Amino acid sequence: MRRSMLFLPGSTPNKIINGDSMGSDAIILDLEDAVSPDEKDAARILVRNAIRDMGFDGVEVIVRVNALDTPYWKQDLDAIVPLCPDLIMPPKTTSAQDVLTLDAYIGELEKANGMEENSVKLIPLIETALGVENAYQIASASQRVSALFLGGEDLSADLHCRRTKEGNEIDYARKRLVCAARAAGVEVYDTPFTDVNDDEGIVCDAKYAKSLGFTGKASISPRHVSAINEVFSPTRAEIDHAYEVIEAITAAKAQGRGVVALHGKMIDAPVVARAEQTIAAAEALGLGREAR
Amino acid sequence: MQKIVKSATAGTLESSDVYVELTPSDGGNEIEIESVVLAQFGDAIRKSAEAVLKQFSIENAKLKLIDRGALDCVIRARVETAVLRAKEG
Repeated sequence: MRRSMLFLPGSTPNKIINGDSMGSDAIILDLEDAVSPDEKDAARILVRNAIRDMGFDGVEVIVRVNALDTPYWKQDLDAIVPLCPDLIMPPKTTSAQDVLTLDAYIGELEKANGMEENSVKLIPLIETALGVENAYQIASASQRVSALFLGGEDLSADLHCRRTKEGNEIDYARKRLVCAARAAGVEVYDTPFTDVNDDEGIVCDAKYAKSLGFTGKASISPRHVSAINEVFSPTRAEIDHAYEVIEAITAAKAQGRGVVALHGKMIDAPVVARAEQTIAAAEALGLGREAR
Repeated sequence: MQKIVKSATAGTLESSDVYVELTPSDGGNEIEIESVVLAQFGDAIRKSAEAVLKQFSIENAKLKLIDRGALDCVIRARVETAVLRAKEG
């Protein structure tokens, strides 16, 4: 279950070494924007050693590498791929060809390091207008792609508009990314809410993202992690209702009926599908059925 | 053997980091360590630094480490970075 993803600069040891105690489901060790060009080499080695030696118990490790239009991306992959982090995040992904370029190079590294084919997965960062328009092709370009991630800051710049708390400027991109990711059968993650001192704003922003269908949300501050986790966790009432739905439909099927009502509302296939998603999420979080 | 051909630094003086200065030396490897935990971890820090120098077959380095409570993986990363910045080729 990946509800929250916390960005940590790949050049700062005191943030990296505490990565598994911030409460997020995943950490994103950043070799890109958080690292100045003259420290790229140091960050790459530091992140490699940290992944190799620290374990990061109970937290997924994602590495944001540098983009394909930089001289760093191959060196980043050379260092990181052999460690097989949970995901690699290529930024500024604009096309299926970008994914295929990464796919081919990662495939070479997997072979050279005796790794299982396609063991390294990708979460492309979509943060350009072209990337948004090509989102479905990106999501379905390779079986390595397991999720899409929206980057609102760079996207706003590419759209020639100001990034706001309300987020109207990225609304189309959010909806398009959710649709593209779901059509391709992959997960989808929302952009960080960047005002780290606005405790109400993060809750509203996360709730809106959840309502659109996002799987979870990234954060640039540990302060936002608990709010994101709470919003993207099913509530006790939702979990209990989901179990009631499954019990009702199971009983109906046993009686040879395909349709049944629960509390006066018809249970059909989409309701059952949502109930199954809720139960899967709850059980992944250890919030399954309460003893009755 | 690979040679250190110029001076290089890596790391910072921030908490949990180590600042590394590497310069060429004529008389084999010399390692100097400053650390508030020198009594407890001085030997471990030295061994980590030596291991990285050995990994890169460096035998002419003067290495100074100013430790701010860095973990082993951080010490090794900073020494490796300095070596790669300072060595020939």
